[in-house]
Parts: sequence; structure tokens; C-alpha cells
Amino acid sequence: MTHAYLYDHVRTPRGKGKKDGSLHQATPVWLLRTLLKALQARHDLDTSLVDDVVLGCVTPIGEQGADIARTAVLDADWAQTVAGVTQSRFCASGLESVNLAAAKVASGFEDLVVAGGVESMSRWTMGSDGGAWFMDPRINQKLGFVPQGVGADLIATMEGWSRSDVDAFALRSHQRAAAAREDGRFVRSIVPVHDIAGLPMLAVDETIRPNASLEAMAQLAPSFAQMGAMGFDATALRKYTTVERIEHVHHAGNSSGIVDGAALMLVGTKEAGARSGLRPRARVRAAAVIGSEPTIMLTGPTPACRKALAKAGMQPRDVDLWEINEAFAVVPMKTARDLGIDLDRVNVNGGAIAMGHPLGATGCVILGTLLDELERRDLATGAATLCVGGGMGIATIIERV
Amino acid sequence: MSTPAVTLTLESDGILVAAMDLPGRPMNVVGDALMEGIDAAVRRLSEPDVKGLILSSAKADFCAGGDLDRMSKWTTPQEPFEASMAMKSVLRRLEKTGKPVVAAINGHALGGGLEIALACHARIAIDDPRLKLGQPEVKLGLLPGGGGTARLSRLVGIQQALQICAEGNDIPVAKALGMGLLADTAKDRADLMAKARAWIEANPKAAQPWDLPKFRFPGGDSRSPAVVQMWTIAPSIASAKSQGNYPAVQHIMSAIFEGGLVDFDNACVIESRYFAACVMSPESRNMIHTLWYQLNAIKKGASRPQGVAASTVRRLGILGAGMMGAGIAYAAAKVGIVVVLLDTTMEAAERGKAYSQGLLDKAVKRGRSTADKRDALLARITPTTDYSLLAGCDLVIEAVFEDREIKADVTRKAEAVIGAGAVFASNTSTLPITGLARASQRPANFLGLHFFSPVDKMPLVEIIVGQQTSPETLARGFDFVLQIGKTPIVVNDSRGFYTSRVFATYVMEGLTMLQEGVHPRHIEAAGLQAGMPMPPLALQDEVSLSLSLHVAEQTRKDMAVEGKTFAEHPGLAVIRRMCEIGRIGKKAGKGFYDWGEGGRSLWPGLAGMFPAAPQQPDQRELIDRLMFVQANEAARCLQEGVLRSVADGNIGSIFGWGFAPFQGGALQFIDAMGAKAFVARARELAARHGERFEPAAKVVAQAEEGGRFGL
Repeated sequence: MTHAYLYDHVRTPRGKGKKDGSLHQATPVWLLRTLLKALQARHDLDTSLVDDVVLGCVTPIGEQGADIARTAVLDADWAQTVAGVTQSRFCASGLESVNLAAAKVASGFEDLVVAGGVESMSRWTMGSDGGAWFMDPRINQKLGFVPQGVGADLIATMEGWSRSDVDAFALRSHQRAAAAREDGRFVRSIVPVHDIAGLPMLAVDETIRPNASLEAMAQLAPSFAQMGAMGFDATALRKYTTVERIEHVHHAGNSSGIVDGAALMLVGTKEAGARSGLRPRARVRAAAVIGSEPTIMLTGPTPACRKALAKAGMQPRDVDLWEINEAFAVVPMKTARDLGIDLDRVNVNGGAIAMGHPLGATGCVILGTLLDELERRDLATGAATLCVGGGMGIATIIERV
Repeated sequence: MSTPAVTLTLESDGILVAAMDLPGRPMNVVGDALMEGIDAAVRRLSEPDVKGLILSSAKADFCAGGDLDRMSKWTTPQEPFEASMAMKSVLRRLEKTGKPVVAAINGHALGGGLEIALACHARIAIDDPRLKLGQPEVKLGLLPGGGGTARLSRLVGIQQALQICAEGNDIPVAKALGMGLLADTAKDRADLMAKARAWIEANPKAAQPWDLPKFRFPGGDSRSPAVVQMWTIAPSIASAKSQGNYPAVQHIMSAIFEGGLVDFDNACVIESRYFAACVMSPESRNMIHTLWYQLNAIKKGASRPQGVAASTVRRLGILGAGMMGAGIAYAAAKVGIVVVLLDTTMEAAERGKAYSQGLLDKAVKRGRSTADKRDALLARITPTTDYSLLAGCDLVIEAVFEDREIKADVTRKAEAVIGAGAVFASNTSTLPITGLARASQRPANFLGLHFFSPVDKMPLVEIIVGQQTSPETLARGFDFVLQIGKTPIVVNDSRGFYTSRVFATYVMEGLTMLQEGVHPRHIEAAGLQAGMPMPPLALQDEVSLSLSLHVAEQTRKDMAVEGKTFAEHPGLAVIRRMCEIGRIGKKAGKGFYDWGEGGRSLWPGLAGMFPAAPQQPDQRELIDRLMFVQANEAARCLQEGVLRSVADGNIGSIFGWGFAPFQGGALQFIDAMGAKAFVARARELAARHGERFEPAAKVVAQAEEGGRFGL
């Protein structure tokens, strides 16, 4: 089988996903155009050699709708022969794009593919595209829909993690992200965003709080207690019948931030890379997706990782660094506990709690961060994994070459 | 030609008055006859000499709902689908002639009745607090199939429509006016007709809002963000109550949700599809079978001895003014019965009366009653310690402590005063009536009237027939139960009678599970998911562990006297262990749960006392155990003659201890799954969990020879 190689990664900084966020005034197409142009410029890429652009976008409506991948290709003045596809695997979309691109390349169907994703969460509210999953009462009932935060709180309850346990994890995310930014570890991949007149909009991740403290976090009210009491807790507990009540420990400070951002990864065969004068940085060893129990929703990473590890003939200990998306503090905590991984090897430069989770892009972002850090530390193998809406998990294992 | 169901009169002002008056029925019900009558009215309305239509009723009600007799004959989904579409086709024409149509609502407009009114351009109702408006179909596992979901969501908004249809509660006239369901109210029939005429004169051309080009759903359609948000949580809110056991609730949500995405006519067809699904559901069939047919049969006196003249109680004596006595006093005084409430001290008797005062004060405060009515009711209750006041009582009910000596004593004292023809009843829940009747001079006049707590809320009274109870006494007891607005079931005398005996099997099964290492919350979740109103451990706490232990020990002694051995239930050991450490139930604030101000939470010490097994059984297994053990015991009750009818068994189980209504009662549970399937599963459970699951011989015979409990 042909191997799929990772050639480069670029991303925008992540901007606060509210109307006072620095990327709120940028359109999602503009974020993609910025990255596509940067990618082209960095390698003096002949874009006509690119077969396809595969992008994740979880709320593909409005100006984010109608296959934004193809729109962005044309707006970035890439060759018109470059196709574009937009897909959604919810929070895993960004990593799904990379895996799909790798599969296209490995199968021999295509040679050079751009993968990634975008989400302007400040402009297009999460969930505003609807979906039978939650708005169709028949499906909602059948699947036992509850908001993810209720599932996160249920995991904390079942694992015995208190509010201070999850807050401590969140604090760590901010401290590590702040240190990494300070140390310039994100500079290689970040493409600053400028407006149409060339004025700078944002150059660094906007939501990191270097001064975050447990005391300040302790002031935040739990986000899902009220919703839980309205009936969602009862729905969850109809499936988790040995839990008496859900302790609501997650809040805005220990859950992933709502942000705007985009990311891309250039994926191709060895030959295609050579043709474009590119040097491969890593190859995809294995990837997997899996379905998990949909009500608790966030327990997919462990089985997805196990599945990918088995494909690669590896054990968790064989992986040098892990990126486990910080959708909620309990997700990396539980995944690490399940897999027996030391937290010292997990999200070493912080995660979505500090820097935010632009839904369609995050998977690509964390894989890129992982790649940069493997190189910086000169380590060989890394794994990225995310929990996914509807009860799914995704994992990708990469290896430097 | 038969008499038409709708009488048409063209008045001199050009207004056509259509009076619904279904021949041969006490109430107007929706069926072919009524719809043909309305169809004729529409045709007449279309003629040029008619300028508008008042749809009214010649009966006391406007229209009480669908004809369930017709529905119960449907065997294929095509029949309900087509019937519902046919009804809507008439109603659609009614609202689309361009001429004004007013519903003059003189009495109840329920179910299909309200749907007919909704197809009128305006609704005016008599302002009477007893007048009922609503879509109660859900209570029989159905949904409004006559355009109710489609019209209500377009008239009062999706959220309110959902509430009306999914909860099925009556809408008071004032509230209906406030939400725009009614255009106006009237003080009497004459005023009603005058206002209806005035509306027609004022609106010579009329169309429904949903037929206007610029129509918008009030509050938004199913696409609008606020409504989407509502749909996101509505199923969780509904299931928190229904546990997902009622498909009608889900179908109502779906019909309104999907109807909120399409135009009116498509919404009507979608509604009919879900209606047909409801009609064909076993849950609806079970509920109609029991809560309609069997309940009606009971109320019509199916278990009452025939040939005994109807009786009423005018003066009631109650011995013991504790919680039960006080509750019975309230229920009786409420229907105009004069009550003598007797206890050993005046203070205790007064306290019993104060219970009524408390309930009534609350009702007055909430506007459900008036100070005058309260005072009149209270004046009918005389608290006393003097037995001589019992003179002239038609009925005396003793509700004293469950102790044979005390009961015998009050029986003798009361009988010394009351007339030879008076009936004496014991409100015992555990002691056999025949034994208690030994203290009576007139055992033929003695029976059991087992009330449930709290009396003012619980709808059932279990009438216990002792060996010597006469048919006349039974009939009088039966009449009294109906007189106070409760539902009587009649059972023969036996330990625990019917309700206490079967109810106990549910709780004891839960306790047995705990003993076996099933996680307590796993047990409780199974109870709720089975459709029971309360989970077993919480119920045992409510009942009190010490009381259950006392009853069990009493039974052991009694049986020893009778020369029988008491077969101890494995769950009893759990009660004993808990009582030993003083965790005796809710009254003490501690049992299986810690009971506090903020509600109950499982006592953490349970984990040490009854360690949960690492491998927990499937919920299905637990649910089956909890339900099969009850159904099987109910079948044994029928087999042993404790139960005298299937209807009493089903209604008694639902009204008495809340047996999952969607199953149609403890015996219908067996009928619905079929005796064969029941026997097979019961035998599996017996092999694993003990002989109590060994299926009743009567059901085994049904499985082998065919047959069912039926009506």
C-alpha cells in the first residue's frame, strides 16, 4: 500500500468566538483563503498538482455553507482544477479530513490533497444548522439526546472526579499553552490573519489565560446543572442506572472554548511530494473511527485509540506524545486513565480548554501541534484523538520520517 | 330515513344553526353519523341564502370526543388513517367555504369535540368552571387525529399545542380565552347564541389564519431557533415522567414537530399517520381496554349485586380520626354527607377535622373553592368522643389502629348505638374481615372498605366481602364508594386481600434484589422504567420497614394458630437487618434512603451492608421480575377467588398501587403478551429466582388450551 505523508501544517490563530473576538470580523472563507495562500507561498506550490481540498465544517450554513472548500479554493486563486469537499464528523471533522486525504492518497485514487477545516463559531452558532439528532423528537428520544456537558459531568461522577480535579486539569491547560506560546512553539504553524486592507487582525491564540487560577475558576457556576435538572439528567440516568445523581462540575473554564479558526494539512504520496519539491515530515501509521454510547457521547476516544493502535500493531506505551482534545476536562483525563497514559505525555502544549475548539478545524490543529512538538523534542510517534458528537471517537497515529 | 345527528335550522337572519344531537346516545361522540350531519351543514352553508353557520349542541355537552366503540373494532392501520382523514376532509370544507362559522360551546368540548370546534372560525364558550375543554386522547394512548395537532399549533403556538396534547389536561375557560383558543365567553345559552350571531354579522367573510397567504406560526414554526431549542429538551422532559413507555406522547411530539415544517394539509396527513400508529399500539389497546371499558363496567355496577335497591349514605360515622379517618371524613363531607368523626379524645377528633380545614384553606387560597363552600363542608363534620352521636348513621367506618382487640371494642360500642339496618365497615388493610366480623352482632352487615392514603387523592376503594357479608351490605358499600366519587373493586376475604397482597410482591422483589447484590439505584431505575410510579426501595421506606416487619410477624403468628407454616419471603431478611440498625423508613428520616428537606438520597451505608455484585444483571431481567411477580400474584388471586372479576384486578392494580397504566393492569399484562409467552418467561424466572415465579395454574391452562382473561 502507498503511504500517506504529511508535508506541512498551517493554521490561523484561534480568536475568541464572540462578537468582541478578533476574528469575528473575518469571514470563514477569508480564514481559509489566508491559509491556502500561505501554504502555496511557503512551498511555491503549483496548485494544479493538488487533486482535492477536504475540509471539515460542523455548521455548514450561511456563508459557511454550500461546500465552502470549493469556494475557498476559487477565492484563493488556486488552479480551478482543484476540487473541494466539505464534510462533517462533528468535532472530529478536522482530523477526519486528514484521514480521508490519507486514505485517498494511500488508495492511489489521488496524489496530493489538502485537508483541514474551518469554523467561525462567532458568526454561525453551534447547532444552528439543526439536525434530526436533537430537533426531531422521535430521534432525540430514541437516541437519548443530552447536551455533551451533561455527559461530561456524568463521566466525572462515575470516575469520581470532583470539581477541583477537573479545575486543576483546566489550569494546567492554560499554563502549558501560555508557556508554549511564550516559547514560540506555535509560530511555525500559525499564519497571522490580516484584513482585506492588509491590516493585522490576530497573530496569536487569543483565549489563553496565563494568569488563570483555581481561585478564579472556583467562582464559575456549573454550566449544565440547570439543563440537567430540566430533564436531561434523568435521560442520562435512564441509561446509567447505577448512578443516583450527576454532579455538575463542568463550566466555561474547564470546557473547550468557543473560538473562530481554520487549519490545513498538506497530504500526499512520496512521489507527489517529490514532484512539488516537498520534504515529508511524517507519515500516517494508522487511523480509526468508532461509534460509542451516544448519550454520554464522550467516551469514544479510548476505543478509537485502541482500534488504531491495533491496526498499527502498537501499545499505548509505544506512543511518545498524545493530543487528546479537551472538549471537556474529563475527556483527556478519562482517555488517559483508560489507556494508562501518563498525563505528562498528553497535551503538552495545552489544549482546547485554553485555546478553544473551532469545531471543523480542531482535529487538524491538534495533529499539527503534535507534529511540531514531535519535531521539537525529536520524538518519533504521536497520536491525536477526539471525542465526537453522537457518540463517536477518532484517532490518528503518525510517525516522523 | 334515520334521525340526522345534526339538526339544521335556517333562521330568518340567514344564519344557519346546526345543533349536534346524536340519536340514541347521551353525549355527542365523533363518528360517521355526526360527521355526516356536519357535512350536511357544510353543504347547506354553501348555498347562497345562508350567510353563516353556528355549530351548537342540543345536548348538555358540546361533543365529548371520539367513539371508542368504533375505534376498538379497527384491526388495520388503514382504518384509523382513513377515518381520521375522512373527518378532516369534512372539517376542512367547513372552514373553507369563505362564510363565517362559529362554535357555540355550551358544555364539554373534548377530544374530537374540541377538534370540531377548532375547525370553526371562532369559538365562544359558556363561562362555566365545570366546562371542560381539552385534548385528553393521550390518556388512552391516542393523539388528536381530527386536525387537533395541526390546528392547535397554528392557533396557540407549537409549545402550547404540545402541552395541551401531550399532557391531556382540561383547559379552564378563562385560560382558553387568554391563549386565544376562545374568541369570547358567554353567561348562558341565550347569550352564547347572541354572541355567535354577532360574530357572524361582524365577520361576513372568514378564513382560518393558516389559509391566509402571510400566515406565521405564533411563536415560530419548527424551524425557528426558539422552537428548535424547545424540541431539544421536550423529549427529555416528557420521558422524565413517562420513562418513554407511552408511544402516544412521542407520536404527539412528532406530529406537531413535523407538522410545524410543512403546510396545513400535509400536517393533517402526517397527523393521521401518527394517529394510526397510536391506534395500533398495544399501549393504547391496553389502556382503552382497562381504563375505558373495564372502568366503565365497574362504574355501571358490574361487581354490585343485582336486585338490591340503590342506596345513599346521609349520615356517616367514622371511628378513629387519624390520617385515614380524617381523609374519609373529608371525602364524605365533600359530597354532602353528614359526618360524625369520633376518637378517644376531643383533641384527636378535632385534629381529624382540622385535616379538612387544611385541605380547604389551600383550595380557597388557590381559587379552587370559596370560603362559603369551605365553611359549609366543615359544618358537616362533627368531631366527638361520644358514641351516642352515631345514632342514625347509615354507615359506620372504623379506621382505628390495626389491632383486633381495639377494633372489636369499637365495633361493639358502635353497634350498641346504631340501628339494626346500619352497615359497619372496617378500613383495615391487613386483617381478614371474617375474623373482625366475629366481634359484630350483625356480621351480615359487616364488610371491609379499604381506603388508600391519602384518601383525598387516591381514587380506589377495595371492598372486602367477609364470609357472612350479605349481598345487600355489599351493594350498600358499593353505592357509598360511588357516592363519594371513588372507584370500587370487590374482593373476597383473604390475607392482604388483593391490593396489599400483590403490591407487596413488587416491593419484596426489589428487596430480594438488594439482598442478591443488585445495585440499589439499578433496582430503583428498573422499577421506574417498568412504569411504576415509585421504585421499590423508596416505597418500602414510605410504607415503613417496621410496619412491614410487624405485619409479617403478625401473619406468622396467625398462621401458626391456623396450623399453617409461614413461608418467609427472601426479601424479609433485608427488612429485618435494616430494622435492627434502626433504619425503619421515611417516618424516622432514614431507611434505604436518607430523607431530608431536599428530598431523598440513597443511604451510602447500603453499599457496605448489601455490597453490589461486580456483574450487574440486565435491566430487562429486573423489570421482568418486578412485573411478572405482580402479574402472577394477581392471576393467583383470580384463581383462588380472592378476585371476583378481571376488571377489578386490572383497575385495582392501576388505581390502587399504580401498576404501569400502559400495561392495562396486572392481568392485562398477561393477556397483552399472551399466556404462552408469559408462562415461558415466568418459568425461566422461576428457574433462576424461585418458585414465586412459577406461573399460576390458570395461566398455564390458558397457555395450553388457549384462552385469556379478557373483559
